[in-house]
Amino acid sequence: MKILVCISNVPDTTSKINFTDGDTKFDTNGVQFVINPNDEFGLTRAMWFKEKQGTTVHIATVGEASVEPTMRKALAIGADEAIRVNAAPTDGFFVAEQLANIIKDGGYDLVIAGRESIDYNGGMVPGILATLLGMNFVNTCISLEVEGTTATAIREIDGGKETVQTSLPLVIGGQKGLVQESDLKIPNMRGIMMARKKTLTVVEPIEATVATKDAKFDKPMAKGAVKLVNSADELVDLLHNEAKVI
Amino acid sequence: MSVLVYTESENGKLKKSAYEVASYAKAVADQLGSSVTAISFNTENNDQLGTYGVSKVLNVTDDKLATFNALAYANSIAQAAKSENTQVIVVSSSTNSKFLAPILAAKLKAGYVPNVVAAPESTSPFSVKRTAFSNKGFAHTEITTDIKIVGVSNNAFGIMENQTTATVESYNADLSDADFAVKSIEIDKVAGQVTIADADIVVSGGRGLKGPENWGMIEELAEILGAATACSKPVSDMGWRPHGEHVGQTGKPVASNLYIAIGISGAIQHLAGVSASKTKVVINSDPEAPFFKAADYGIVGDAFEVVPQLIEKLKQFKAQNA
Repeated sequence: MKILVCISNVPDTTSKINFTDGDTKFDTNGVQFVINPNDEFGLTRAMWFKEKQGTTVHIATVGEASVEPTMRKALAIGADEAIRVNAAPTDGFFVAEQLANIIKDGGYDLVIAGRESIDYNGGMVPGILATLLGMNFVNTCISLEVEGTTATAIREIDGGKETVQTSLPLVIGGQKGLVQESDLKIPNMRGIMMARKKTLTVVEPIEATVATKDAKFDKPMAKGAVKLVNSADELVDLLHNEAKVI
Repeated sequence: MSVLVYTESENGKLKKSAYEVASYAKAVADQLGSSVTAISFNTENNDQLGTYGVSKVLNVTDDKLATFNALAYANSIAQAAKSENTQVIVVSSSTNSKFLAPILAAKLKAGYVPNVVAAPESTSPFSVKRTAFSNKGFAHTEITTDIKIVGVSNNAFGIMENQTTATVESYNADLSDADFAVKSIEIDKVAGQVTIADADIVVSGGRGLKGPENWGMIEELAEILGAATACSKPVSDMGWRPHGEHVGQTGKPVASNLYIAIGISGAIQHLAGVSASKTKVVINSDPEAPFFKAADYGIVGDAFEVVPQLIEKLKQFKAQNA
């Protein structure tokens, strides 16, 4: 089996979000970038397949050269090779078409992407690329087993979970649950040293669809101060008469 | 020309979110000078949609579609969009809608924008306001394709009456075995339980509750309020509560009318995930807890004292207002 894990380079979850250039761009000043958490759960599951089933694991990212440290981190965790599509990830459709172009000739049986990136929250890359390639697709995936060409996955649904069965080639939109938080791997020194020597291929983008454009950003309005109350009585009264939510 | 809305149902009855997306679709149709067509699957009470501005309902009745199947549903909606000459497709933010919308986008070569919080700001260019950066910001996003797909954030637009008469037609899309290549084996869902996605009120517990054995009062409070229960990330990481209850940046987003955080300090990731909730209440013994900066109402106090009092007061309140 050959796996491709799609990695998105995103601001660390603790980042304060600011915008620049007349609120038309995300301000990367002082921001730490990391592997998108949903992708990291998928990468770790891919490592499990590598250990148990001898799978080859590649990673791919659509991004400019500045994303390479995040890609090296994924290599240090244990991926074998990396492919970077040399383009700014304009929108979900564009990214999906770039990734589909790599996957169609790459001989991948399983493509693991995160359910969504925590920056733009589009949540569409795995579904679009699966559809473009005619591969099976399971979203919000919290468990994945593969036997031969049969895949059994559990996906989160509103208020519960659903077990589904399908066959390879398969694309999943993964998230927390694919592996436990405690199973996430922190790269060790040996992994970091080895990652430097691993192949990172840079490919030029193909002409692709851009379907959406973020014209402007803004931040939520500052909140008023909290109203501190002293008793449950007072709280029930405020929720009923002032907030009108009960 | 039409606006097509995917109206979800459960056990043959429309979900509350179906009325919200229908209301949203009507607002879009009014801006475009067109009308709203809804597509439902195996739904009995489609006529209800007329109250929210839907003039035509395509009801797909097919036993093979009794269980949600993203590809088969997306293919049905894509075919309906073509036959209805649809410009804009409206879906909800449910897990199922977020599953099928990208498939639909690829099939129709349509731009898709999820997490939209208001009616379009303009129709030319077609621009919508949506949350981004896990609720830490908003983006004003233009969709440049001929067909546009809008995913409406839960509870953001609201349900608006717009009396119309809905004609219900049966509709059957042309589906093949390939559309059912992902097969549902088992659904594990507690019947009748309020889900975080659909809930008007969410009661959430954190590490301050000290252990899973103390969740009885959280569940009791949730039951009185008709609320869903949720938890913070450490609580789900420690296995006190199932992962499905984890709300926050890497868990589920919450967009309820009322969010009650008990024993949750309010890490930035948690606050981002729940910030779309309209009214937030925090109960915490530490007055310095960051959640107090994000909340509308707060009680500084021991959850083990405050919550039982709150349960009592709410019981009295319910009895008086029943």
